[in-house]
Amino acid sequence: MIEINKLKKSFGEHEVLKDITVQINLQEVVVIIGPSGSGKSTFLRCINLLEDISGGSIHIQGKDITDKSININEVRKSVGMVFQQFNLFPHKTVLQNIMLSPMKVKKISKEKAQEKALKLLKKVGLEDKANVYPDSLSGGQKQRVAIARALAMEPAIMLFDEPTSALDPEMVGEVLEVMKNLAKEGMTMIVVTHEMGFAREVGDRVIFMDGGYIIEENKPVELFTNPKEERTISFLSKVL
Amino acid sequence: MDFNFSIIIEYADLFIKGILITIQLSLYAICFGTILGLLIGLGKISKSKWISFPFKCYIAIFRGTPLYVQILIIHFCVIPLFLDSTNAMTAAIVALSLNAGAYIAEIFRAGIESIERGQMEAARSLGMTHVQAMRYIILPQSVKRMIPPLGNEFVVLIKDSSLAAIIAAPELMYYARLMMGQYNRVWEPYLTVAVIYLVLTLTLSFFLNRLERRLKTV
Repeated sequence: MIEINKLKKSFGEHEVLKDITVQINLQEVVVIIGPSGSGKSTFLRCINLLEDISGGSIHIQGKDITDKSININEVRKSVGMVFQQFNLFPHKTVLQNIMLSPMKVKKISKEKAQEKALKLLKKVGLEDKANVYPDSLSGGQKQRVAIARALAMEPAIMLFDEPTSALDPEMVGEVLEVMKNLAKEGMTMIVVTHEMGFAREVGDRVIFMDGGYIIEENKPVELFTNPKEERTISFLSKVL
Repeated sequence: MDFNFSIIIEYADLFIKGILITIQLSLYAICFGTILGLLIGLGKISKSKWISFPFKCYIAIFRGTPLYVQILIIHFCVIPLFLDSTNAMTAAIVALSLNAGAYIAEIFRAGIESIERGQMEAARSLGMTHVQAMRYIILPQSVKRMIPPLGNEFVVLIKDSSLAAIIAAPELMYYARLMMGQYNRVWEPYLTVAVIYLVLTLTLSFFLNRLERRLKTV
């Protein structure tokens, strides 16, 4: 479904991603872990081209998205993204946040968009918050709205960039719960997170990144109980 | 100092005419300056250096030279290039709009750049084009933040419109100078127009404050 080949990304002199080759299959949940500065977030942001890549290639559903002739907005329609800082639109209500893109990008009628948005809000357990502004929501609620907003575009793949890192501890659970359900429904997901419990429970595969490389990847149980690389062992000993 | 109220009353009709022209000048300059400012501001933040360069030059020139000089150049040099005879009102509106455009461009730029980067990223990641993201996400949020500095600029515009008197545009200051010439008095004309300008700017500030408060509660 996603094929990444020899991906490189530099910011000026600083090379953040050095040589990333990985494939992600349909309905797979891939969790990326690693120390901060290891390039996990940058890697995720390359997949929907929020960052221009410096080398290599990314194919999504067979299309080379780094090809200049491809419409990047078309690609992004099929790749949803959830950010650490939520990035809800503060001047729009919860419902408007979710409806805006389907209406403006997919040209869906207002009635249909609203129906869809309410359904999604119910799914994330926030149907009673449809008409409030994001300001009045807790962090966990904001992130659930952000997930609903991304789902409204009916993406084939969802990217999660540390979705629980900006949350108070007691709100982490509600967001992870929504993500678990999504995984159960068969959504293809790439999740950058520090939640090892989630990685173990929901992940089909865990990738450990450090210094711009993929150091090790394996089934969660294998990677957590029987890591092979020195750096993986040292990282896991600090976080587990 | 004796203050002669009777000559002010005698000039009342002319002052009212002048006020109307001052308001007209300011309104034109506010409208054209804002439209121009938005375009120039958007041009300046363009990532392409080739696009942003001319806009940067424009802003540098109009902010870096006196409005007084700009009015004279536009009235006596530029307008005659396009029209057979120069026209003080046209020249004043053009000069004030071009000048205000440079300042307003900077207000727009600052307003747009004050919106967190995540907003643009979220909009783009939802498939919106750059233009859609600007229109639905970035600009509506930045306009709120632009109201105070924009109001400031509009107040400045009202005051600066008095410079149009030097090319004999028949606005408020023009009649003050006329009155001074006729009676050879200084306190009456200048103090009168000072008070009138103060009333005009305070009125505008009052409405802008209300607008600002209303937008805050939304």
